[in-house]
Amino acid sequence: MRITVDGEPHDVPPGRTIAGVLIAAGRSSWRTTRNGDRPRGVFCGIGVCFDCLVVVNGVPDVRACLRYPADGDVVRTQHGAELPT
Amino acid sequence: MRYPDVVVVGSGVIGAACAEALSAAGAGVTVLDRGPLGAGTSAAGEGNVLVSDKGPGPELDLALASLRRWPALLDELGVDVEWDAKGGLVVATGDEAAKALLGFAADQRPEGVDARVVTPDEAHEREPHLTPAVVAAVHYPQDAQLQPVLVTKALLAAVRRRGGTLRPGVRATGLRRRDDRVVAVRTAGGDVPCGIVVNACGPWSGEVSAAFGAPITVLPRRGVILVTAALPPTVRHKVYDADYVGAVASGDADLQISTVVESTAGGTVLIGSSRQRVGFDDSIRVEVLRALARRAVGLFPVLADVPVVRAYGGFRPYAPDHLPVVGADPRCAGLWHATGHEGAGIGLAAATGRLLTELVTGAEPHLDPTPFRVDRPGVLG
Amino acid sequence: MRVVVVGGGPAGLAAADAAVRAGAEVVLVDSEPWPGGQYHRGTPQRVDSRVRHLASSTVWAVEGLRLHVRRGPADSPHRTPHVLDADAVVLATGAHDRVVPFPGWDLPGVYTAGAAQALAKGQGVAVGTRVVVSGTGPFLLPVAESLVRVGTQVLEVLEANAFSTWARYPHTLANVGKLGELARYAGVLGRHRIPVRTRAAVVAAHGDDRVTAVTVARLRPDWSVVDGTRRRVAVDAVCVGHGFTPRLELAVGLGCRLVDGFVAVDATGATSVPGVYAAGEVTGIGGADLAAAEGAVAGSAAARAPEPPIAAMRAVRRGRRFAMALVAAHPVGGGRHGWLLADTVVCRCEEVTAHDLDVALDRGAADVRTLKLASRAGLGLCQGRVCGREVADLAAARLGHPLPDADAFHRRPLATPLRLGELADTPLLPEEDL
Ligand SMILES: Cc1cc2nc3c(=O)[nH]c(=O)nc-3n(C[C@H](O)[C@H](O)[C@H](O)COP(=O)(O)OP(=O)(O)OC[C@H]3O[C@@H](n4cnc5c(N)ncnc54)[C@H](O)[C@@H]3O)c2cc1C
Ligand SMILES: Cc1cc2nc3c(=O)[nH]c(=O)nc-3n(C[C@H](O)[C@H](O)[C@H](O)COP(=O)(O)OP(=O)(O)OC[C@H]3O[C@@H](n4cnc5c(N)ncnc54)[C@H](O)[C@@H]3O)c2cc1C
Ligand code: FES
Repeated sequence: MRITVDGEPHDVPPGRTIAGVLIAAGRSSWRTTRNGDRPRGVFCGIGVCFDCLVVVNGVPDVRACLRYPADGDVVRTQHGAELPT
Repeated sequence: MRYPDVVVVGSGVIGAACAEALSAAGAGVTVLDRGPLGAGTSAAGEGNVLVSDKGPGPELDLALASLRRWPALLDELGVDVEWDAKGGLVVATGDEAAKALLGFAADQRPEGVDARVVTPDEAHEREPHLTPAVVAAVHYPQDAQLQPVLVTKALLAAVRRRGGTLRPGVRATGLRRRDDRVVAVRTAGGDVPCGIVVNACGPWSGEVSAAFGAPITVLPRRGVILVTAALPPTVRHKVYDADYVGAVASGDADLQISTVVESTAGGTVLIGSSRQRVGFDDSIRVEVLRALARRAVGLFPVLADVPVVRAYGGFRPYAPDHLPVVGADPRCAGLWHATGHEGAGIGLAAATGRLLTELVTGAEPHLDPTPFRVDRPGVLG
Repeated sequence: MRVVVVGGGPAGLAAADAAVRAGAEVVLVDSEPWPGGQYHRGTPQRVDSRVRHLASSTVWAVEGLRLHVRRGPADSPHRTPHVLDADAVVLATGAHDRVVPFPGWDLPGVYTAGAAQALAKGQGVAVGTRVVVSGTGPFLLPVAESLVRVGTQVLEVLEANAFSTWARYPHTLANVGKLGELARYAGVLGRHRIPVRTRAAVVAAHGDDRVTAVTVARLRPDWSVVDGTRRRVAVDAVCVGHGFTPRLELAVGLGCRLVDGFVAVDATGATSVPGVYAAGEVTGIGGADLAAAEGAVAGSAAARAPEPPIAAMRAVRRGRRFAMALVAAHPVGGGRHGWLLADTVVCRCEEVTAHDLDVALDRGAADVRTLKLASRAGLGLCQGRVCGREVADLAAARLGHPLPDADAFHRRPLATPLRLGELADTPLLPEEDL
């Protein structure tokens, strides 16, 4: 299975969330906050804190720690609050 | 001039506005609330200060008076309560609704409501994400909003600054009278002596007035609001669908939705609100949430993929004729009521506090109090 | 008789198993794609074939014994709706890590202990190469052990309380099974020469765009920092956990009575609401074995099994004593508020700082509702799940009395967010085939 994250292709081993893919690839953040423009990545790891948001196929506010990607998903960094496209 | 000591029972926006105006007039004021301050209905709704939804009549007069009073009052309070005169946009998507809307606006204009008919194109210029299905729209530049919890707190803080007393966690259980005059409010923690009592218990005013031995009819009407995740600026005005016009004055128990979509200072979008007579039952009803969601997505299709993070609501206090109750109780000297503001208590609070104070102090009222009097059919128990 | 079990962790799995054995029709609804909850991550559990398992399915609202479910990829707008009517419901929604704020805790690279554990156990992913584990409670040990397994260098494990306090609670020592498990973890740490220090904690994290170092300090019993003991440790990740917070939204939505912040249950797992049972960490924190025993008890009671599960009931009694001792031995110290700086973020979602909270309190906010609106703490996407408890505690400490509506943070009629379009097309009634 393959997805792209910010345009870069990533192979996804079975059983891995988007957050797992990104951390394994050495990234610790992939979102910025709405007010302070601060970087965020995983914090709680189980869908509680909403820190790990990404945009998946144009839909923002997806928790990367819960989302198991599907082949071909286009994932990108979320900048603050975004509208779906 | 010295007035007898006043006890205001209920610290919602109405009680707070009355207490503020009375204390400004020189009265010694104590505010009681059975719960935390301002945590009743006034913390459970939106903060719309509207004229757009009111047809000619006493409520519109009160609303216009309040609208004039708010900016000065907020200036005096000197606290940021997120006041935003952003204006309202009422849109119709069907020909019938369009006709009703334009007729309604025409009736409002002579009363002093700034109601400007705009073309669908102009509506889209104002609200780029609005549904293309709009056939008619009216822009109401006077419509404003504020943060109800913050404004209630600011009013109460002014009372305290003037030497008034705030007593959360104190439940009024009755009145002590001598020769048919109020001499004290009974509470679980003992009597609070006073010459004047204001019943401002919102949807609980009926039950409290009964405990006071002077029952009036005020009933609860459930309302629910949805809150989305924070968004980039998406909705600029308060946007209503024109069905609003019909729902407000109706006494129908069935679920009614009058859609209002608007952004808050924090970036979230509020989607209000429903009207349903279910007593004080506050359990969640998916049917209601669904109806709200449908209307909002209808007005702003872009919201379909936006997360909803919260639903909350409260009970609008209403009298059977849907007019506020502001005045003296004819059965008991010293007992006053300020309640029954239904879905507009936040907006109407400024003028209500002022009117009540004028009546209590014997000053010339700034608008005709007769329609709001207590001894009118349906209100006196 | 249909029993719907919400949550597929040790408690929910045992409840489903017990209920199906007792002859009930059982539906198990769990957000995760594989059964097992937090404890069994990475080692999928077997679910009895008679149980209808709705995986990747989240209950977002409850209307009495009617459950509204969305099934499909997390946060996708294209999930399928299900509406389930139950004769009895078992809530086994578990808990999440509690983390108390400290300067820098919002930097990337600061993880909850549970997050590190879930990534290591469930996905074989290491959150860092040089890591400090800090917090309180025996859970820190398995986390450190899992990190070691995925190749992380665990520099030290910091327990803010002292294990010696366990000695005051004989029931802890009596619970040999649990101690054996902990001893195993301690053995692994020992072999890797990982120091386990008590009365010490990470009290600040440093870095620009991610954590590069932490400040470690010795603590007094109330968790205030002992002067002159601060030292800096270079890390690329830090894992913190100060106990757990139960996931209460469904229980509160159903009107279940709470005691001390957990769902109150009787000896059969029954809550205060008829037909609603609860098991596992929503009823108290005590580990996977206790959760499973509670699940077995609640599952059989929910299915009205003719025979009470005596062995499981005994295990619950024993486990609860252990759990109470754990709680007593691992309190969260009031001195932690002294770790905060004025610009420390307390509410992560809305980026509300300790100073912002102070301003709201100075302006007269004296209850949760006002505090939230005046400061915006708890109004973000997580709806106070992470900060609610801490904001209420901090305000109580500043004001000198608890807030009158401190549990207002638990009220979340929408148990989890869903898309407005999903809400707009949700069915109101159960479909026929279920
Ligand atoms: C969903 C919803 C949306 C709304 N949106 C708007 C809007 O946009 N704009 C607007 O203007 N209005 C709106 N409203 C209406 C508005 O909220 C109410 O009209 C207003 O809050 C009523 O204020 P109140 O002070 O009369 O009542 P409350 O705020 O309910 O205050 C009454 C107080 O009395 C106290 N009390 C009760 N019994 C006792 C007792 N025995 N002793 C002591 N104290 C007691 C209660 O604890 C409470 O604090 C909305 C209402 C709802 C439900
Ligand atoms: C991140 C994390 C990792 C942990 N790892 C370990 C460990 O490795 N070892 C250990 O001893 N203890 C661990 N714990 C402690 C652990 O919580 C318990 O020991 C045990 O898993 C509790 O079992 P439970 O059945 O009560 O809840 P959980 O195992 O937490 O199971 C609850 C389940 O309910 C689901 N759920 C919650 N809400 C809903 C909803 N609305 N709809 C549908 N499903 C829902 C959750 O997704 C979850 O699958 C961990 C805790 C956390 C928070
Ligand atoms: S890391 Fe907390 S929600 Fe994903």
